[in-house]
Amino acid sequence: MNTTLAFLGQFGGAIEFIFEERESVGGGVQVGGLGEIGELTATHLLVSAVAVVVACAISIPIGLYLGHKGRGEFAAISVSNVGRAVPAIVLLFFFIAFVGNGFTNVCIVLILLAIPPILTNTYVGVRQVQPDIVDAARGMGMTGPQIVRRVRLPLAMPTIFAGIRTSAVSVLATATIGTFANLQTLGEPILVPQQYGFEGALGAAIVVALITVAADAGIGLMQRAVTPKGIKLAEEPQFKQKRLSLPTRRREAST
Amino acid sequence: MTFEPLIAQLQTRDRSEESGCVVDDGLCPDWIVDNFDRYVDPFWQHVFLTVTPVLIGFVIAFSLALLAHRRSWLVGPIASVTGTLYTIPSVAFFFLLQPITGLGNTTAIVALVCYTLLIIFRNVITGLAAVPEEAKDAARGMGLTDRQMLWRVELPLALPEILAGVRIATTTTVGLAALAFLAGGGGLGQELDQDPFFKSNVVVAGGLCILLAALLDLIILTIQRFTTGWQRAAA
Repeated sequence: MNTTLAFLGQFGGAIEFIFEERESVGGGVQVGGLGEIGELTATHLLVSAVAVVVACAISIPIGLYLGHKGRGEFAAISVSNVGRAVPAIVLLFFFIAFVGNGFTNVCIVLILLAIPPILTNTYVGVRQVQPDIVDAARGMGMTGPQIVRRVRLPLAMPTIFAGIRTSAVSVLATATIGTFANLQTLGEPILVPQQYGFEGALGAAIVVALITVAADAGIGLMQRAVTPKGIKLAEEPQFKQKRLSLPTRRREAST
Repeated sequence: MTFEPLIAQLQTRDRSEESGCVVDDGLCPDWIVDNFDRYVDPFWQHVFLTVTPVLIGFVIAFSLALLAHRRSWLVGPIASVTGTLYTIPSVAFFFLLQPITGLGNTTAIVALVCYTLLIIFRNVITGLAAVPEEAKDAARGMGLTDRQMLWRVELPLALPEILAGVRIATTTTVGLAALAFLAGGGGLGQELDQDPFFKSNVVVAGGLCILLAALLDLIILTIQRFTTGWQRAAA
């Protein structure tokens, strides 16, 4: 393996670190290898998944309710602006200093990070459903909850998933610095190089990057799957809107 | 070796000589007032780490957007390349670049530039696409060439959207620059990391970060107000 990867320089060493155990820089401990990387990846994915699921459970119902009632526009939009102004790392360090370390605390930070994009996108997705369609549904005798469940929610699905996608990516990225709060995620080899060495840090960085890009692509596919056929047919967008994109941003911007 | 500065960071500040509140990692107004000086340099470093990438990113993304404006087949590929760059977590990015650009400001700035590209590119493109067809028709009717139309009609009308992109890019970069110390870039993140359990330190360094984001946001918002006067005139 040494010779085959040698031409890659430090990148070769990093890839080797992912697959083979080696002695730590300080000596005495075995680090790296699929076993340890696998464990770190599992924690990383677990804390991220819990955070995104909880954030969905909190923000989608609120977004649907506010969007359906047409209330709280200011709150629903500004939550995302405030969310952007408070950097993830600052939030995490506030928690470390004031609340403490560990899985639960990191998870709460990640949930707080994941809520704004999902909430704002749900709200926007529900609001942008054309009033005519809602009127037609009402004319067919649907009740309020039925309209939300059978008309507004399906039509808002692509936008909601765009929000989930944004959140998942930033949660996976931030779980890396969960290591600052003593949670052994893939940030461990990156942030403790005096044990793992530079190649270890680089190896973990490669794994984190791959996981995030894969998650982004995976949720992108889900987003396509949940888009109602009618919408797909109606609009072939010339510019595919990527994550973070809110259809109303143009309006939001000038206020 | 490349990671020496990181080891240096592990030495937390010695505060054992200080008063009770400080030793207890408390929130001490006196300490904050006395020690505010030490945050001034990291603050300006943070400003540098935010403004430089946004400016460079703007030049690149704006050029790419102009290039793709008339050749719409380019929009997809550029959006997916910048989108992938945007997806890679910053912590990982700062390390992935180090074998190539070494430890220091260059690595930090290259990574931060990459994050601004998607945001600004997307907003310039959507801004240009939203220019009303009538306005373009009128411009053509007045005998404007494509180039004149772009600079005198399309870009001014797209300006609010473009500046909105710059705003988002700027606040995002303030947050990401807080991790630039991992690439050897310093900034307020380094202060956070040096003493993460001391509440006063976290409040000052973190607070300055948030303040900087809000301040830069306000500045660009003001520019937006001044440069798009016709919007208010029409309203």
